[in-house]
Amino acid sequence: MSNVPSDLGYTAEHEWVTFADGVATVGVTEHAAEQLGDVVFVQLPDVGAKVSAGEPCGEIESTKSVSELYSPVDGEVVEVNAEVNDDPGLVNTEPFGTGWLIKVRTDGEPTGLLTAEQYAELIA
Amino acid sequence: MSEPRPTPLHKVHEGLGASLTDFAGWLMPLRYGSETAEHQAVRTAAGLFDLSHMGEIAVHGAAAPDLLDYALVGHLSKLTAGRARYTMICDADGGVLDDLIVYRIDDDDFLVVANAANHAVVLAALTERAAGFDATVTDRTDEWALLALQGPRTVEILRRLTDAPLDDLKYYSSHPATVAGYPVLLARTGYTGEDGFELFAKPDAAEPLWTALTEAGTGDGLIPAGLAARDTLRLEAGMPLYGNELSREVTPYEANLGRVVKLDKPGDFVGRAALAARAEEGPRQTLIGLVGRGRRVPRHGYQVLRDGVACGVVTSGAPSPTLGSPIAMAYVDTADAAGELAVDVRGRPEPADRVELPFYRRER
Repeated sequence: MSNVPSDLGYTAEHEWVTFADGVATVGVTEHAAEQLGDVVFVQLPDVGAKVSAGEPCGEIESTKSVSELYSPVDGEVVEVNAEVNDDPGLVNTEPFGTGWLIKVRTDGEPTGLLTAEQYAELIA
Repeated sequence: MSEPRPTPLHKVHEGLGASLTDFAGWLMPLRYGSETAEHQAVRTAAGLFDLSHMGEIAVHGAAAPDLLDYALVGHLSKLTAGRARYTMICDADGGVLDDLIVYRIDDDDFLVVANAANHAVVLAALTERAAGFDATVTDRTDEWALLALQGPRTVEILRRLTDAPLDDLKYYSSHPATVAGYPVLLARTGYTGEDGFELFAKPDAAEPLWTALTEAGTGDGLIPAGLAARDTLRLEAGMPLYGNELSREVTPYEANLGRVVKLDKPGDFVGRAALAARAEEGPRQTLIGLVGRGRRVPRHGYQVLRDGVACGVVTSGAPSPTLGSPIAMAYVDTADAAGELAVDVRGRPEPADRVELPFYRRER
């Protein structure tokens, strides 16, 4: 059973989100990383790119498949995780930590996120 | 669809926490942990696979050699007892029904190993083609578990568990042996590009054999390996996969495997006329190897472009753990045309270079 930290928000597309000082930090869940298998390449948006909630903004390639990264919020990308460019395996080993993917400046708190409980139910 | 069948090693896979997947009607381990680590273990040490989904079909009788010469494209009657051959079964139009390994156990006794997905097709075709031959075709899939031990440390590991003369057992040969106290057919075959053995065992011996092999090999770096690693290993080794490189839509010539078609063998065989014609006129497309220059990975079904114009389709693609780049096999209209190759990876062309297959060849 995958880890689902209780202090994060989640999307049905298996992203997690935290929000502080107008910036949402986004990554993919441990469950998603397990389903993908070994991540070999993560294509992230450029800093400054405008992203929309529910729209794809990047790609995650693993040995067996590729899946899209969806932005959970509307806003502007203010930072991307350079470390996962060099070591995409961080998505597998530290999905909720150093394997985070993008930070998005957004107006107001993200809406429509699943709670940890709801997300755990989704992947059960 | 009915529930996928568990193999005789199902409890072992569950105990190891494997990610399981429905593969051709069987519940198979996709990976146990990191598929990249499993791939590397096979390249550098050893990996242990459960291949019990493979179809085993026994062909027995005085005319078994003649039947196989008629039913398959190879010259199986020439095979000596104890040897094995990679071959194919085609339809009358020359289209590939399956690729096979045929083991000659004895003069009148052969074991045909088919892909799980094609097992029923191969069994039906062999049975139909056996009409008029003094030979029987019997499905033995339920009577065999199949374990594969693959990698450069294989011989050292296996030597601890058997008295069989491993050094005398050549590539593509088989021998009845006792391993860890269990009778097996020990075959020096595989699908990884490494040295290795496949062990045909009785289903109730599968678990203790797995345990014995694991205990004997763990100190050498042996780990269990799943179908995900098996796929990247065979792709690096340039080996075709039915449903990807092989299908009824192609003959062996398109897949660069015309060498398995023995047009010089005596007598008729299913597909002879069509295959002779294809050999004469040349393949209609050519299977090539591609290495991507970037990091985005060509996948099965993606278009190949030459100077921006569609010229073929990717049959298999994956990030290569050994090369560190994306690799792919693809059918193109003609291999020798000049021009810059690329693969359309979800709308964006990714430049790729044509390379000779295989992508990886082990040092001998």
